[in-house]
Order: sequence, then structure tokens, then C-alpha cells
Amino acid sequence: MDPYSALPFPETAFALTLVLLLLAPLAVAGLALINTGLGRARSAAQSLLGSLVLIAVAIIIFALIGSTFAYPPVGYLFEIAGVHWNWIGQGHFALSGFSSETVDTQLGLLFEFLAVAMLAIIPWGSGADRWRISAGAAVAAILAAILFPVLAYWVWGTGWLTQLGINFGLGEGFVDAGGASLIHVLGGLSALVVAWLVGPRKGKFPREGLSTAMPGHNASYVLFGCLLALVGWLAWNMAGAVLWLNADPTTLTVIAVNTLLCAAGAIAATFTLTRIRFGKPDASLCANGWLSGLVTSSACASVAKPAEALIAGIVAGIITPLLVELLELALSIDDPSGGISVHAAGGIWGLIAAGIFATQPGQFVAQLIGIAAVLGLFLPIMYGLFWLLNRVLPFRAEADGERIGMDLHELGGNAYPEFVLHRDDSYR
Amino acid sequence: MKYAGLLVMPAGFFLCVTAIVLFSSPVPRTIFVISGLIVELIGLGVTIRAHMAHRGGI
Repeated sequence: MDPYSALPFPETAFALTLVLLLLAPLAVAGLALINTGLGRARSAAQSLLGSLVLIAVAIIIFALIGSTFAYPPVGYLFEIAGVHWNWIGQGHFALSGFSSETVDTQLGLLFEFLAVAMLAIIPWGSGADRWRISAGAAVAAILAAILFPVLAYWVWGTGWLTQLGINFGLGEGFVDAGGASLIHVLGGLSALVVAWLVGPRKGKFPREGLSTAMPGHNASYVLFGCLLALVGWLAWNMAGAVLWLNADPTTLTVIAVNTLLCAAGAIAATFTLTRIRFGKPDASLCANGWLSGLVTSSACASVAKPAEALIAGIVAGIITPLLVELLELALSIDDPSGGISVHAAGGIWGLIAAGIFATQPGQFVAQLIGIAAVLGLFLPIMYGLFWLLNRVLPFRAEADGERIGMDLHELGGNAYPEFVLHRDDSYR
Repeated sequence: MKYAGLLVMPAGFFLCVTAIVLFSSPVPRTIFVISGLIVELIGLGVTIRAHMAHRGGI
């Protein structure tokens, strides 16, 4: 079948979206680099190799299982109160029939492959320095097989969240072109569950006094990762708007400008805040702020005006460093990459901002219901699944692994073999 | 307490869904949806506190 024969999708839009989707993996690369830089030197190779393994597992499992439920035009539904609730897709198993799908369906699935790759490595950074690759791969498989596909059908398919506008008059239904809910909020919450189950790094929270500072080993990786992520995010947000909101290509410049303004506003706010609080700006918190601004843009860049995007970014840049501090100092949650604050909180704020800035009546409520679904339904289910998995395949490496570093423990060699790695005070 | 918190969170979600089915007027609908989210946040707070207690943080 000629895939161009029955196209509702113009050829220019196809070419543009395909090019954008080829740039989008830079966001995943940037995130992997940030996760590695924020971890310890003795776990750097394990962190980057783990990212590749998790991405590979997530993509394979999504192709074999998840894609069946994620993006078919038809799905299973039930009827309550005279309303059809589409809850899961009903597609071809293991991508059979993929080559005969229409071009927009194929591009949609390609977008979902990239989304599941990014989702898989968000919790990886939060479990850095003590989480085994095999357990991380198992978590990625659960996310790609069950949780992401169901939410993808709800948000990007014809699921009940997208139908909120038609069935209940709530604006245009739940709107999330860049995947803030199903990539970032879901990923950030999975990071929270992983941080709970895997526990803090040894010596992080001593019995007396404040928590021990364990700074990332390479600020250059982290900050260069931020720049790479920007390129990927620009492409990501524009491709998402074309695919999921049917945005006209002439509107894409505004979406790109909004993405830039969100990121710029966020890092300006974090830079100022950390300079006021600590006397000097903090590089890792500024990187978290930048990334949080990008996460916020995933939800609101396609619906906001430039000034609104700037405001959304500034708020994200203020929330993120405060939340990083709250989680570490008050709630005793060890999250080396800041994934919970950046992805979960940044994503939730972005979705709320999209509701606030939308002009359609009821859009704000639709956005709140989408957030409620991820937080109230997916977090407890995820906790249960990960808890069971942790019983079968323990997440945490043996104490020796943390002492000598995950590179030596899992890979048998260091990322920086010429360097003499010093011991931590916590092991004396 | 940890499991109680995790069970409260779906209750908040169903409160949100019930609100959009039962109310057609925007004001009570918004109030009930926000209430559902607050219930979810309470459940999350209980779960976080239970984890802190388990670790000896409180």
C-alpha cells in the first residue's frame, strides 16, 4: 500500500514532523548526560550504559506489548451514566500491520517510541549510585508494557481524557501535546517510588545533623546536557503540536519561542534565587531549573502566549530549587538527579499553567482531571508493581557496590581509569 | 499508614471523576475536582510521612 494514498496529513507536515522527530532524541541524550553528571564519578559508566540499556528495553517492550494498547484508532470502552469511557486501545500485537498504517499513525508511534525512551531514564537518575541495571531495566519494562501505553491512549489516542471536551464540555479535553503528563509526571512519580524503595545512599542522612551534601561529579556534563536537551525539546514540542493538536505549521514558531522563554525564565529565576539564598548561583540547581522550564513547556508551549510562557517558566524556576531542598532536608528523600522536583513538579505545574492560560471554558478542570488521573491512579498502581518487583529482583546493589562504586561493581571497570578516586567521608 | 495513604489517593481520583459526571454547573464541578486533588495530596502526604517514619526521619 502506498502510505501517501489516503492522507489526511499533508506531505509538508509529514516531512517537517519526521525531521523534528529525528532531532527529538537529543532531549533524551541531554537527560542521560545530566543524570550521569549529577551522580558520582565511580558510577559514571554504569549510569550512561544503564541509560542505553533502559532505553533499549523500553523500546523493545513497547514494540512487542505496549504499542498494542497505546495508539490504535479503536479501543475497549464501557458505558457509565450514558457516557462512553474509552480506557484501553485495541490494536495489532507486536507492531504487525505497522507498515500499512497511515503516515500520521506511523509518526505518532515513532513519537511514542521516543517518549517511552525518555520516560525510562527519568527514574534512573533518581536511583543513581545504588540502583542495579537489571532492576532498572525491569522497571523500564513495566513502564513500557503497562503504565505508559494506557496513559498514552488516554492522552494522545482516543481515550476518555481526550474525550472530556466532547462528553462533558470541558474545553478541548485534556491537552498535553509535549507529553508532560505521561512522560514527565509519570517519570517523576516513578522516580519518587524508586527513591523510596531503593533507599538513600549510604551516609546521606546521618542520625544527627543535616543531610550530607553529595554533589554531582561533573558540572560540565550537566550543563552541556542542558544545551542538548534544549535542541531536543524544541523539536519535541513542535512535533507534538503537529501530531496531537493538528497544529498548523505556521504556528510552530510561536511554540518554539514559548519553549525558549520557558527555559530562559526558569533558569533566570533559579539563578537569582540560588544567588540570593547561597551568595553564589548553584550550577546543579540552575540545571534543574532549566530542565524544569523545559518540562513545563511540554505542557503549555502549544497553548500559551509568549508572555504567559515566560511567567510559567519563572514559576517553574522558583518551585524547583525549593522543592529539591524540601525533599532532601525535610522529607529525607535522596534524589541525586532531582528527577522528582524537575519532572513531576515541573510537569504538574505546566499542566496547570496550560489550564490557566487556555481560553476555552472548562479547560482548567480538564487539566486538573488529567493530573488527578496520573497522581491518584497511576502512582498507587506503580508503587504496588515496583514493590512486588523489588521483592523478586532487589533494586539496591549490595553494600560493596556502593563502597567501590557501581562501575567496578557492575561493569568491572571505571569510567575514568586514570583518575584515583578518593573515598567518601561516609565510609571512614 | 503507608498503604492507607496509597489507598486514599485513588479515592481522590474517583471523587474527581464523580464530580464531572454528577455536576454540570462549572462551579460545583471545579470545587469537587479540586477537593479530589486535595484528597490525593493528603494521601501522598501520609505516604511520604510513613516512609520518613520507617527510615527514622521523624
